[in-house]
Amino acid sequence: MYIEANGRQIEAKPGEMVLDALNRAGVKVPTLCHMAGLFPSGACRMCVVEIEGMNGLVPSCAFPVQEGMKIKTHSPRAIRARKTIVELLLSDHPDDCLYCVRNKNCQLQDLSEELGVRQRRYTGAKSECNIDTSSPSIVRDPAKCILCGKCVRVCEEIQGVSAIDFAKRGSKAHIATAFDMGLNVSSCINCGQCIMVCPTGALRETSNIKEVMDAIHDPNKFVVVQHAPSISVTVGEEFGLKPGTDSVGIMTAALRRLGFDRVFDTSFSADLTIMEEAAELVHRIKNDGVLPMFTSCSPGWIKFVEQFYPEFIPNLSTCKSPQEMLGAIVKSYFAEREGFDPKQIFSVSIMPCTAKKFEAERPEMGRHGIADLDAVLTTRELARIIKMRGLDLNDMQPQPTDTPFGERSSAGKLFGVSGGVMEAAIRTAHYMITGDEMDEMQVKDLRGLNGIKESTIKVAGIELNVAAVSGLGNARQMLDDIRAGKKQIHFMEVMTCPGGCIAGGGQPVGARLDAIKARMKSLYEIDRDSLLVTSYNNKYIKKLYDEFLEKPLGHRSHELLHTHYAQRDVLM
Amino acid sequence: MSNIVNEKCCDACEHEAEKPCPDLIDCLTGAKKCHDDPACIDERNKEIARLQRKILDRPAIFIGTGTCGMGAGAGKTLAKIKTYLATKQIDADVIEVGCIGLCVEEPLVDIQLPGKNRVSFKSITADKVDVLLDNVFDGMIPEGSVIGQFRNGTSGVWESVPFFDEHPFFARQTRWVLENCGIIDPVNIREYIAHGGFAALSLALREYTPSELCSLLEKSGLRGRGGGGFSVGLKWKLALNTQSDQKYFICNADEGDPGAFMDRAVIEGDPFRLLEGLLLAAYGIGASKAYVYIRAEYPLAIARLKKAIAQASEWGLLGRNILGSGVSIDVVIKQGAGAFVCGEETALIHSIEGKRGMPRPRPPYPSTSGLFGKPTAINNVETLANVPAIVAKGADWFRSLGTNSSKGTKVFALSGKINRTGLVEVAMGTKLREIVFDIGGGIPKQKKYKAVQIGGPSGGCIPESHLDIDIDYESLKTVGAMMGSGGLVVMDEDTCMVDVAKFFMDFIQRESCGKCIPCREGTRRMLEILERITQGRKSEKGVDALERFKGVMYLNRLAEVIQDTSLCGLGKSAPNPVLSTLRWFRDEYEAHIYERKCPSGVCSELLTYSIDSSKCTGCTVCMRNCPTEAIMGAKKTPHYIITDKCIGCGTCVEKCKFGAVIVQ
Amino acid sequence: MNETIETILSKYPNAKRDALIPILQDVQEVEGHLSVEAVAHIGKYLNLPASKIYGVATFYNQFRFETLGKYHIQICRGTACHVKGSAKLLDAFKRELKIEAGRTTRDGMFSLEVVACIGACGLAPVISVNGEVHAGVVPDKVKSILKMYREKDANNE
Repeated sequence: MYIEANGRQIEAKPGEMVLDALNRAGVKVPTLCHMAGLFPSGACRMCVVEIEGMNGLVPSCAFPVQEGMKIKTHSPRAIRARKTIVELLLSDHPDDCLYCVRNKNCQLQDLSEELGVRQRRYTGAKSECNIDTSSPSIVRDPAKCILCGKCVRVCEEIQGVSAIDFAKRGSKAHIATAFDMGLNVSSCINCGQCIMVCPTGALRETSNIKEVMDAIHDPNKFVVVQHAPSISVTVGEEFGLKPGTDSVGIMTAALRRLGFDRVFDTSFSADLTIMEEAAELVHRIKNDGVLPMFTSCSPGWIKFVEQFYPEFIPNLSTCKSPQEMLGAIVKSYFAEREGFDPKQIFSVSIMPCTAKKFEAERPEMGRHGIADLDAVLTTRELARIIKMRGLDLNDMQPQPTDTPFGERSSAGKLFGVSGGVMEAAIRTAHYMITGDEMDEMQVKDLRGLNGIKESTIKVAGIELNVAAVSGLGNARQMLDDIRAGKKQIHFMEVMTCPGGCIAGGGQPVGARLDAIKARMKSLYEIDRDSLLVTSYNNKYIKKLYDEFLEKPLGHRSHELLHTHYAQRDVLM
Repeated sequence: MSNIVNEKCCDACEHEAEKPCPDLIDCLTGAKKCHDDPACIDERNKEIARLQRKILDRPAIFIGTGTCGMGAGAGKTLAKIKTYLATKQIDADVIEVGCIGLCVEEPLVDIQLPGKNRVSFKSITADKVDVLLDNVFDGMIPEGSVIGQFRNGTSGVWESVPFFDEHPFFARQTRWVLENCGIIDPVNIREYIAHGGFAALSLALREYTPSELCSLLEKSGLRGRGGGGFSVGLKWKLALNTQSDQKYFICNADEGDPGAFMDRAVIEGDPFRLLEGLLLAAYGIGASKAYVYIRAEYPLAIARLKKAIAQASEWGLLGRNILGSGVSIDVVIKQGAGAFVCGEETALIHSIEGKRGMPRPRPPYPSTSGLFGKPTAINNVETLANVPAIVAKGADWFRSLGTNSSKGTKVFALSGKINRTGLVEVAMGTKLREIVFDIGGGIPKQKKYKAVQIGGPSGGCIPESHLDIDIDYESLKTVGAMMGSGGLVVMDEDTCMVDVAKFFMDFIQRESCGKCIPCREGTRRMLEILERITQGRKSEKGVDALERFKGVMYLNRLAEVIQDTSLCGLGKSAPNPVLSTLRWFRDEYEAHIYERKCPSGVCSELLTYSIDSSKCTGCTVCMRNCPTEAIMGAKKTPHYIITDKCIGCGTCVEKCKFGAVIVQ
Repeated sequence: MNETIETILSKYPNAKRDALIPILQDVQEVEGHLSVEAVAHIGKYLNLPASKIYGVATFYNQFRFETLGKYHIQICRGTACHVKGSAKLLDAFKRELKIEAGRTTRDGMFSLEVVACIGACGLAPVISVNGEVHAGVVPDKVKSILKMYREKDANNE
């Protein structure tokens, strides 16, 4: 069917909303609250258009197309309405853009610019707000909140957590945890997906830039840094590189220029995780252990289980996540080897994730009062310090990662996408059980952006049902199915964020779906082109076991690389 | 009528609890007999006459114990009456009835002696009970407190006592919806049936298909009495024609408009009428479950409705297999928790679902996807209370009254600066002037009429120049007002229209759900603009004046965008009180803005108080009553006011017997 | 405390979300307010996040999170009452009780609340004290009304 937009005929699909048809035809109508794939909330009213025969302006996000309808998207009336709405929002906004983390990357700012807002037309009292800095991962600044409700929806509808909701009403309406308590004592799992959908600076990560810079400038500190598998394919976007560009070499160069004494790759410890996790899986299968086993590298997921599904805690792999494994190895094996007092080492990780900041603060993650990690930075913070130092990724020469934790298999690199941990684990588990390599390394069923991916793998006559889940709403569904006996799964990978770490809560804000697909493709290409695709063939991993750890699940592994979980009593 | 619910009245009767007789109601009221045992018929006819109080075997005393009555002291009056009867050992029935509508004269007590007409008395506080009852039982009607006697169709007229229906408050009313209010015992189903109740339900279940019922309503021209004025029959049809395994009907009794209380009065005074209307409506759309969403602030209405539901289900008039028709309808009460926006239908639905009462975009309309995602229709109390009579008497009967576009009657709640406050029901097309001056008795204290606010926060104010409009949905829109639920608040020369606009904006911005930006932020800014206009020079700094003028400049633009873009009706109509007062009372705004004066003397910050020393006798009354000790002076010498301390509360003006306080 | 809530919840077998508001009303009726514990308990029963319950409870005027005073004074701020001077009446109560609307006096005797409309517009201005409606209340009467309730309390009525 056809509709007419601004005098031009465009195609529309029956049942879809006007906005969808307009967007497909390249007619840009601004929105602040629209979320693709979810029921329209119709809250922001920015997408209002004139429709012939209708009285008031109509929100295009929530109005179904009708054959032959005539739409004006940018009539003076519609533009005046949009401008007034932005002016109204600004009237209760700190408008201190220069001080805002989202300066130059803010939808409200963009709209204000596009609509030519040049004066404070409406002025009045601003809402009284308190910044919530209680969380180790996320800072909430309600003063900048425009109540679009996207954070509430992503928390509820995508992540199945519902740590926040609207509270009160009218001009007192705000987003709140239960009883307006701090995020730290709420059921928030620190995933940061709320930050990713926030159009303004009302949500941001808790910044650890200062600690890191202080450490770098402290002559008594030896500062090491590791970067997560997905960072190299996302950080470039902050510097205008095409989404998915693998910039591992130039990023390494930049990190050295920033003053880090050693640059390691978390993908190395992802290989280590695989060794331990695959061994644990094999052990559980051979010894009638608790199954299904769940992966444990996504800290949002861990807190989710501890809060909502404590009965599944025994199912979680006891393996620490790769960042913590590397952190622990750095402050033990590496420190010993290089002759450092572990207290002298300041260990930083660059993560696509806000929950990793929480994870690093867990008391279990350290030994003898020394934390495995000292600071976690998100991709965004990394970009910020690179810019602060006056560097640009575009004019750097690639450099190799430092040894001994520099080499990684592409299996470890796959940790950055949903399904990747599972794929990497299967490769190694197959070898551990059969002693043979798999014929076909890639498990197609576990690739792609679907929230729930399942497959059955045959290993030495055993049929292993495996699943890779991303987005905790999906995880909730799987857990409920498992609990109800509807699913027979042996091994399940869960990543908190939809699509995995490439779309983590610490990644560049404002990425569209095609950018996320490009990031995913890039990691798959790295695996495709790699000569080392299995963790157990990583010679530095072998060396680490030979020199230090002895064997997977051995005594030292147990002490350094494994952890435990406990039920959390928070107001849910 | 005793035991007819579960037992046969005589051997010829086929009615049983398990197999209810479809003709039960007709048979009870004598309209149609399915069997003709003369003794049985006689017994039933007598019973009806007794219930209609055409025959009385002992005195009956009626007391209005609606919320208004109780507020005026009816509770104490009632206790006193009971004590009186006990002490004097008089055998009489005491019947608590709802509100007849003349709130200003509460507590109202009616007395009917056997063989005589029922007489209504006003302002019977507890202290007046003894005298009144002494007199009446002695056969004397105290002239001062009588409202009038009812016509009974029989003898028993009191000499030289005026008739009730000639009282100016009642004479011009057409009481269809309020027919039984204040007359019958609201929680006695027998009385309701004896007064023609449930005949419509019985008829519809027997004779009409749901689709025919919808057509009947459509033909009658009945429009929703809550706000939008949508055709009732059409609305039902939309829900009826949506296929679904489950449908719901919702009665909106969340009367949130400040200044409206007709729904409360109907439920308190005649709950069965609402129930019957609701059952008809549910049948009309094919719903098996009906909800009454009622404000928790109406405890008495809720209690009476609960009793009505219990009795009706005991009688097999709701629940499973109503009157043997095979139709089953359950009625559930849901108490609102206090949010004006829940009058909006999608917000109301969310509230019943246990969510925040925030509206959502339409389409989909509730008729296709409403409560729990099922087809749902919603009408308010007054609308549904109109339905039984339409079904019983026909569409043409209903159409015979009213204007071209608006049929039937409308109930209004008269309040504010008017002599006879209360609840009135008039034919559509009645002139506003008639309501205010003839029925309402005009403005007290010889003050001048200024405006009447109609339609609540979504409505507007109507000035003197438009008092002669015929009230209907369309005409009200032409003067910038709307029917709304029917609150009529009268304002006199002492009311400041800017203050009224501010009052409504304050209400709206507090009641806005906060979801859409224009309503949430816009109403708040509009309120602030009005606040700046009404704020005083004292507190104003240099830049404030600029802000004040800037606000005024953009007030209209802001109002238009709010109307144009808001998500729901509450937001779309939020600017109405401002636009309407701006339209008709621009001069008052200008006085506030340019002259910095409040001509009506309401906006206290714009007023300065001083004492005219030539009139002041130094009696010290003002000084003693001043809440902020802003008045000083020695006894018997003229006092003076310390302007800095004065908060402009006006107490001194009220207290001064010599008119010595000057307000400027 | 858990017992009282259990008793209330037992009246709602197999309850779904639509029972939330009635349950909150019942709990508040018994306990006087909604406590964190009560909300957590209700949340577990209905399988509803506490944030959602808090969101609902803060949306409606009826719910509170602190106990009220012994006498709950509601000042009607409907249109009719406004026109008849309820703003000044409210000021008088505030002055007399030395509290803002929405607060409770230190001795826990009186809570002052503004309500949208009591629905007794014909008797404006009206107030309601613990559900008892007082008609035609002018600022002058404030002292005597408060005195009456203080005496009532002293006499343990």
